[in-house]
Amino acid sequence: MVDILISGASQGLIWAILALGVYISYRILDFADLTCEGCITLGASVAALLIWQEVHPVLAVLVAFVAGCIAGIITGVLHTKLKIPPILAGILTMISLYSINIHIMSLATGTQGTANLSLLKFSSNVLYTKVGALMGMDKMSAAILLGVVICVAVIGLLYLFFGTEIGSSIRATGNNEKMCRAQGIDTDLTKIIGLALSNGLIAMSGSLLCQYQGYSDVNMGVGAIVIGLASIIIGEAIFSKAKNFMLKLTGIVVGSVIYRVVVALVIFSGMPSTDLKIMTAVVVIAALCLTGFFNKIGKRSSLDKRDQHVKDAKKEEG
Amino acid sequence: MSDKPMLSLKNVTKAFYPGTVNEKIALNDLSIDLAPGDFVTVIGGNGAGKSTMLNATAGVFHIDRGSIMIDSVDITKLPEHKRAKYIGRVFQDPMTGTASNMQIEENLALAARRGKLRGLGWSITAAERKEFRELLSVLGLGLEDRMTAKVGLLSGGQRQALTLLMATLKKPKLLLLDEHTAALDPKTAAKVLEISDKLIAENDLTALMVTHNMKDAIAHGNRLIMMHEGRIILDVSGKEKQELTVEALIEKFSQTSGETFASDRALLN
Repeated sequence: MVDILISGASQGLIWAILALGVYISYRILDFADLTCEGCITLGASVAALLIWQEVHPVLAVLVAFVAGCIAGIITGVLHTKLKIPPILAGILTMISLYSINIHIMSLATGTQGTANLSLLKFSSNVLYTKVGALMGMDKMSAAILLGVVICVAVIGLLYLFFGTEIGSSIRATGNNEKMCRAQGIDTDLTKIIGLALSNGLIAMSGSLLCQYQGYSDVNMGVGAIVIGLASIIIGEAIFSKAKNFMLKLTGIVVGSVIYRVVVALVIFSGMPSTDLKIMTAVVVIAALCLTGFFNKIGKRSSLDKRDQHVKDAKKEEG
Repeated sequence: MSDKPMLSLKNVTKAFYPGTVNEKIALNDLSIDLAPGDFVTVIGGNGAGKSTMLNATAGVFHIDRGSIMIDSVDITKLPEHKRAKYIGRVFQDPMTGTASNMQIEENLALAARRGKLRGLGWSITAAERKEFRELLSVLGLGLEDRMTAKVGLLSGGQRQALTLLMATLKKPKLLLLDEHTAALDPKTAAKVLEISDKLIAENDLTALMVTHNMKDAIAHGNRLIMMHEGRIILDVSGKEKQELTVEALIEKFSQTSGETFASDRALLN
């Protein structure tokens, strides 16, 4: 039982990186980006290929990040330069990545049409084994430690980045494009940078996942965006009072861990794992409805607050 | 004052939906020069091309023919965000000019970097915060004590005042005010106009202000133009402008255009 919780938590920490990536496109840029589904597999396939070539696993993770950035840039260019609507631009990149991922994995085996790549023969060259050996821990503890360290680092870097001029421009782009252009912000560029960062993180999450589970599979990304959204929604529900950006990001990691632990428990209790996707969808639907409901209640009080502000302002003006 | 115009539109033509039954020539071979320091008010009926002239200058769309120069720089082919280096803008809708989910100081910091390359420096510095506080206190709206409040919480008048400050924070070569008081109640509109006058005078700005209110058009600025069907049909300045009356303007409009002034809003104001 404890094992199940720990394994759920360690997977949650890996998927949290994906959820942070989805947060950048979905919440900050206001861009429903489906590139995500192909991108997590892209990260996994790139990392698997490199580990087969006996490249150091840390380098494999970094290269996967860069590959994800490129996928994000492609979606961004399809949208901003070729004027393709966001959802379609993401779907086009996602579907192209399906073929590309198979090509990447085929490079490792030398057989065309390789749809999955096992790391069984290379398990000594996997990040988790290496960290475990280095720290003298078992694989599960290493996964938790590594997961926490990576999440803290990513949150810290994102917090710093979104406090810079470029980061602030990206936030403003998701908020009001017209105002951005009037203030001299190239909104095409900010969208592309945001999507690159988002998909880089998603691919990074894929590269960690493939090392954790010991294989990359062309279908492993199906439903990934829904899982990311579920983590974001759970995190926001728990950290609903959070104003600070760092707390919001932390909430997403917590949401992702909670999601995975619940999934682990549900499967443990006997639900077939193939029903997981519909369960996730139902959770997201329920959460969206409930937040809509709570927002209505919340909005009433915040509207009152706003009215009060406006009244105060009028008083001052008049 | 130099001889070179600050803004020069030459033979600007813009048609919307060209080649269709809905074709509309919004700007028809329009030319105008603004001298440095000119504060020009723009009036005209609905569809006269007032906003189109401002949007063409700002680069919201590209024009079909003609050229646009700002301070001798040809900006005809520049994209909107690059023209922002020269142009400050305030819009009719108070929601348009600011990012509502961001703080007052964050919005100002974005505006402080208009025309500059944005890099990995901090989006706002302590020195800027101090500067913004002082600038906000001059507006007299109490915003200096709410610098970290989200702009979405502000009233329409406060947002327009903030947008004005943002548009003039980095002194623009040209300020475009597109009916920026039309969505406000009369009292707030007067206050925002007063702030506009003050900022324009203090910074010695060249400005174009579209308005539906003839009284405002007469009372503000040093020059007034009237537009009709994408052309300028009246252009008065100096003493002649000061002596204008609303009645005289309506009379002039029907004389020149051969139509009665068609905007109820203009008459009722």
